[in-house]
Amino acid sequence: MTLKLGVPSKGRLMEKTFDWFGKRGVTLSRAGADREYAGVVEGIGGVDLVLLSAGEIPRELGAGRLHLGVTGRDMIEEKLAFWEDRVEPVAELGFGQADLVIAVPDFWVDVETLDDFDGAAAAFRARHGTRLRIATKYHRIVREFLRHAGVADYALVDSQGATEGTVKNEIAEAIADITTTGATLRDNHLRALTDGTILKSQAGLYRSRMAAWEGERETLAALVARLGV
Amino acid sequence: MTGKAALRANAKAALRAAAERLKAAFVAAGAEPVEADILQPADVLLDLYGEDIRARAFVTHDPVMGEAMLRPDFTVPVARAHLDAGRAAARYAYAGEVFRQQETGSRRPPEFLQAGIEVFGEAGPAADAEVFALFAELLAPYDLAAVTGDIGLLAAAVEGLSTTGARKAALRRHLWRPRRFRALLERFSRPAAARPPADETALAGRGPEVGLRRRDDVLARLAALAEDAAAPPVPPAEIAALDALLEVRETPEKALSQVRNIAVDLPAIAPAIDRLAARFDGLSAAGVDLDRLTFEATYGRTTLEYYDGFIFGFLRPDRPDLPPVASGGRYDALARALGGAGAPPAIGGVIRPALLPEVQR
Repeated sequence: MTLKLGVPSKGRLMEKTFDWFGKRGVTLSRAGADREYAGVVEGIGGVDLVLLSAGEIPRELGAGRLHLGVTGRDMIEEKLAFWEDRVEPVAELGFGQADLVIAVPDFWVDVETLDDFDGAAAAFRARHGTRLRIATKYHRIVREFLRHAGVADYALVDSQGATEGTVKNEIAEAIADITTTGATLRDNHLRALTDGTILKSQAGLYRSRMAAWEGERETLAALVARLGV
Repeated sequence: MTGKAALRANAKAALRAAAERLKAAFVAAGAEPVEADILQPADVLLDLYGEDIRARAFVTHDPVMGEAMLRPDFTVPVARAHLDAGRAAARYAYAGEVFRQQETGSRRPPEFLQAGIEVFGEAGPAADAEVFALFAELLAPYDLAAVTGDIGLLAAAVEGLSTTGARKAALRRHLWRPRRFRALLERFSRPAAARPPADETALAGRGPEVGLRRRDDVLARLAALAEDAAAPPVPPAEIAALDALLEVRETPEKALSQVRNIAVDLPAIAPAIDRLAARFDGLSAAGVDLDRLTFEATYGRTTLEYYDGFIFGFLRPDRPDLPPVASGGRYDALARALGGAGAPPAIGGVIRPALLPEVQR
């Protein structure tokens, strides 16, 4: 039996993951042509490398089709309901850091906190008859966060990319998105709420609680020992 | 059909028959039988309940219809049909499946039968008592405890605070969100924090105007915040009285005596207390044993339905795993949200037939 390890299939997240494993004596690489999504693992036996989109790794871990997977904490929490029952964090990898924040136009001088945001949403609905729209791709996490904070009279609008531009384009009045340095927010005249940080995310190695762990347990022990996590 | 499937089909048929019997009892109480579509337009429910409904209802999608939800209750479609027909007083009875997402690990089914009644155009304690007595009679063969509450009493307490209309409106808006309600009350009990001046100078050095919430929205809220900052804190005695009110959980007689004591510091709740007393009298006259009834001031405060007056539930206190077997209440504000200021008052309730065999005496 082989242990299936899921890793992001492209971009910086893939490169950084390869580096992280490489430094610990486990060499991951893509097989054959650069466009072929097949992987090779050297330095340890019994591990199969599965390359797929970072956004799909949580689902595969949750379904037990992967034993281990590398993806962002934001993806785990958004895509997997009750994630703690289905996956276990094995290690934080120290890259891919990003904060999921609620941001509003900088000129909203009356809105600094969630409490202000809730007040502004009430006033906006009373004045314009519609709920204040928040553009995001993190529907579940944002809704949970706002429910917990008791914020009402908002609507979530789906935005799968270029979310910072949705305010200028009048698709939404505010956004909930990941930010690393805040530069993209500033460039789009947005500012994060002081208490609007929903999640501090980074890349992590996750173990599926749903996968069949039979022969793979020994491989996992050997891999964990090699990686020093 | 295999053996197991046949058993399930029989069980389901028996439940459906039980639901139909309850519906017939509601019809006997003067209600017209009605049906409701299973697929409900999502926007109506989202506007009523907010985004939180997405975590409770099943959302589905049709390329033409757009987002739709599997009906999470009958109340909204029945109320909409009544309001659209422009009728005055009417009563409706129904029975059928409703669909609600449950938390992972919960043993509660996501699809279950409800039989219920909705009564429009009848206000006051007499109608409250009649609807409750109807449920009490139907549920008499079962081993259940009845709990009642009254969101109207809480609303009257908020209305009676010595504070600004804006603060009362903010508290009223969060009556159903205890955490935010508490945070607001905390804030209103202290002197307000300083805010930017309510004019164009506040916007100096800030980013450009982007999005549909405009400069005048911002300035209007700054003005409202300035007004709020000038308001004196809510007197501590009133906060304490409101806290005491939220704690009341007693038999009707003792609850009345407690809330009358509380009214010494919050005299504005006196009319709401009179309505509460009149409702208890009505229940007693309808044959309900008040000593077996609990009044809980916060009962129903966190339910989805946003009842805004009398609320009741029939449940087994020793079975926290079971949801209430029956529940209902007055939802005048929901009717107004759907039908405008002239909408008729409304009260209703439902029974979950699948739970009845579990609570046999």
